[in-house]
Amino acid sequence: MSAPLLSVEGITVDLPTPRGPLRAVDGVDLTLAPGSTLGIVGESGCGKTMLSRAVLQLLPKRAKLGGRILFAGRDLVTLPAEELRRLRGPELAVVFQDPMTSLNPVLTIGTQIVETLQAHLGMDTAAATRRGVELLAAVGIPAPEQRLRQYPHQLSGGMRQRVAIAIALSCEPKLLIADEPTTALDVTVQAQILDLLAREQQRRHMALILITHDLGVVAGRTDEVAVMYAGRVVERAPTPRLFTRMRMPYTEALLAAIPKLDSPPHTPLPAIAGRPPDQTRPLKGCSFEPRCRYADERCRAAKPPLADPERLGGLFACWHPL
Amino acid sequence: MQAYIIRRLLALIPTLIFASLIVFITVRLIPGDIIDLMLSSNDIGADKKSRVQLEAALGLDKPMVSQYFRWLGAILFEGSLGKSLWQNTPVMEEILHRLPITFELGLMALFVALIVGIPIGVYSAVRQDTVGDYVTRSFAILALALPGFWVGTLVMVFPSIWWGWSPEVKYIAFTQDPLRNLAQMAIPALILGKAFSAVVMRLTRTMMLEVMRQDYIRTALAKGLATRTTIIRHALRNALIPVVTLVGLQAPVLVGGTVILEQIFVIPGMGLLLLEAVSQRDYPIITGVFLVVGVAVVLINLLVDLSYGLLDPKVRYR
Repeated sequence: MSAPLLSVEGITVDLPTPRGPLRAVDGVDLTLAPGSTLGIVGESGCGKTMLSRAVLQLLPKRAKLGGRILFAGRDLVTLPAEELRRLRGPELAVVFQDPMTSLNPVLTIGTQIVETLQAHLGMDTAAATRRGVELLAAVGIPAPEQRLRQYPHQLSGGMRQRVAIAIALSCEPKLLIADEPTTALDVTVQAQILDLLAREQQRRHMALILITHDLGVVAGRTDEVAVMYAGRVVERAPTPRLFTRMRMPYTEALLAAIPKLDSPPHTPLPAIAGRPPDQTRPLKGCSFEPRCRYADERCRAAKPPLADPERLGGLFACWHPL
Repeated sequence: MQAYIIRRLLALIPTLIFASLIVFITVRLIPGDIIDLMLSSNDIGADKKSRVQLEAALGLDKPMVSQYFRWLGAILFEGSLGKSLWQNTPVMEEILHRLPITFELGLMALFVALIVGIPIGVYSAVRQDTVGDYVTRSFAILALALPGFWVGTLVMVFPSIWWGWSPEVKYIAFTQDPLRNLAQMAIPALILGKAFSAVVMRLTRTMMLEVMRQDYIRTALAKGLATRTTIIRHALRNALIPVVTLVGLQAPVLVGGTVILEQIFVIPGMGLLLLEAVSQRDYPIITGVFLVVGVAVVLINLLVDLSYGLLDPKVRYR
């Protein structure tokens, strides 16, 4: 494996709340090779979005960040603001969850693409506009010349997400973070957007972090999957391996919660009982313990480390792996 | 859009009729009518006969309803607002003479409000909860709390006591000497715009804080845009939309402010005209001024509504 493009080391994110600091991300380590795809999966509030924002250095103002984020050899945590700004766009780019709110309502699509190209590549307006048309065409937007003059509200949700992707791709980033890129979209559009991301990723040999709450989304589209729960990575394995032999009961429960086409009608959909733990009051033991059907005394007493005791190439954090 | 403007202008008619009716009646209900004033200012004995003659001469002997319709008819068919009861000069002429002066004062005050309020509001929002933010916010409260008439009086009185200097009280027309005119208008404009700028600042700050939390600002930062570009191009344009509304809402307040400041600084605008007319019970002037102010306020608000289209592409006029 080549030298990692991104290496996240012991990242912690603390958010101040009226009830005391909330540890949103709790000691996460990740590595990502150039051109590879990592899926981060977990339910709402598990810290996956905060982790991605930490990588982008776009955390809320009052959040406290610990650890190191090495990107192409530079530590993003200590990088001066101006260097960070130059990195965002040409090296690091992001597609956010909700295309209804992630584009500026008062600026044309064209302005929003062109300004990115101008900020980083120093193009003149004419060249940047030509490039904008190419980009919109590349992400599958019909009549791109007309679309450039339109405003976000004149486009459908799927079209807007395509525009957001075009903006993210505009400066040929080395790493694209897609934070729930299809959650706000119709099911019929979801697959199109995911296929588009996969196609562009391969074409540009760009690394991709795909954040989702849907294990089904990462199944065929990622090289590796990290499952997060309560701010920690609880299982991490190459994708095929994760789906053939998952070890963590939480991953199993997540997978069981996906409806299956071949199950008979009126089969009750298993849900994970209970709620995620209160992260302002961390548990001493495993954070999944209160909801886990395999839990015992050991789980209550100590947190299992994320490790690979069997040396089979998959990491998991559980005392009683499946 | 044309249809929209026409509809808005048509809607002006009932508004003005209603407003003029109120003004027309209320000024005539003020105790001590014009006949009393006229009779007491001339040394004529206030006997029954001269009172009747005077009323008939001024057309005040008719019932109020017919007076109103005569006044309305003159506007509609002759384009005339009547004549001053004291000077016998056409009211329209008098108002047209004074309107530009008040307009200039109001425009300068608006300029002060925006040029001071918007940048400070942005600064205060970007530096939220810092010393700078607290200082500017405290100044805004102060600017709101100090009444304009009081500050105006202080400016007239104290510099003359301390340094023997006072603002010019002889009005210099803009056409006569533009620079001196602007210098003369600057002080009342600053005082008039002071409270307005505080309101603009507070609203700009609030809206900027609101907008800076939006996803598209995060997108702009994630694209690697400079902070300045993000704030001005991406945040401020969105934050200014309600500030424009505020300008429309504050327009009548500005008109009210000019009445007082024109009196203090002896600026012969509509405000001063109105004050004099009220104290002399010169009914045609009072109703005329109110009519013109009403039209102006409605037109300013129409202009404000149209300018949304420039700021917010979602606005369509139908």
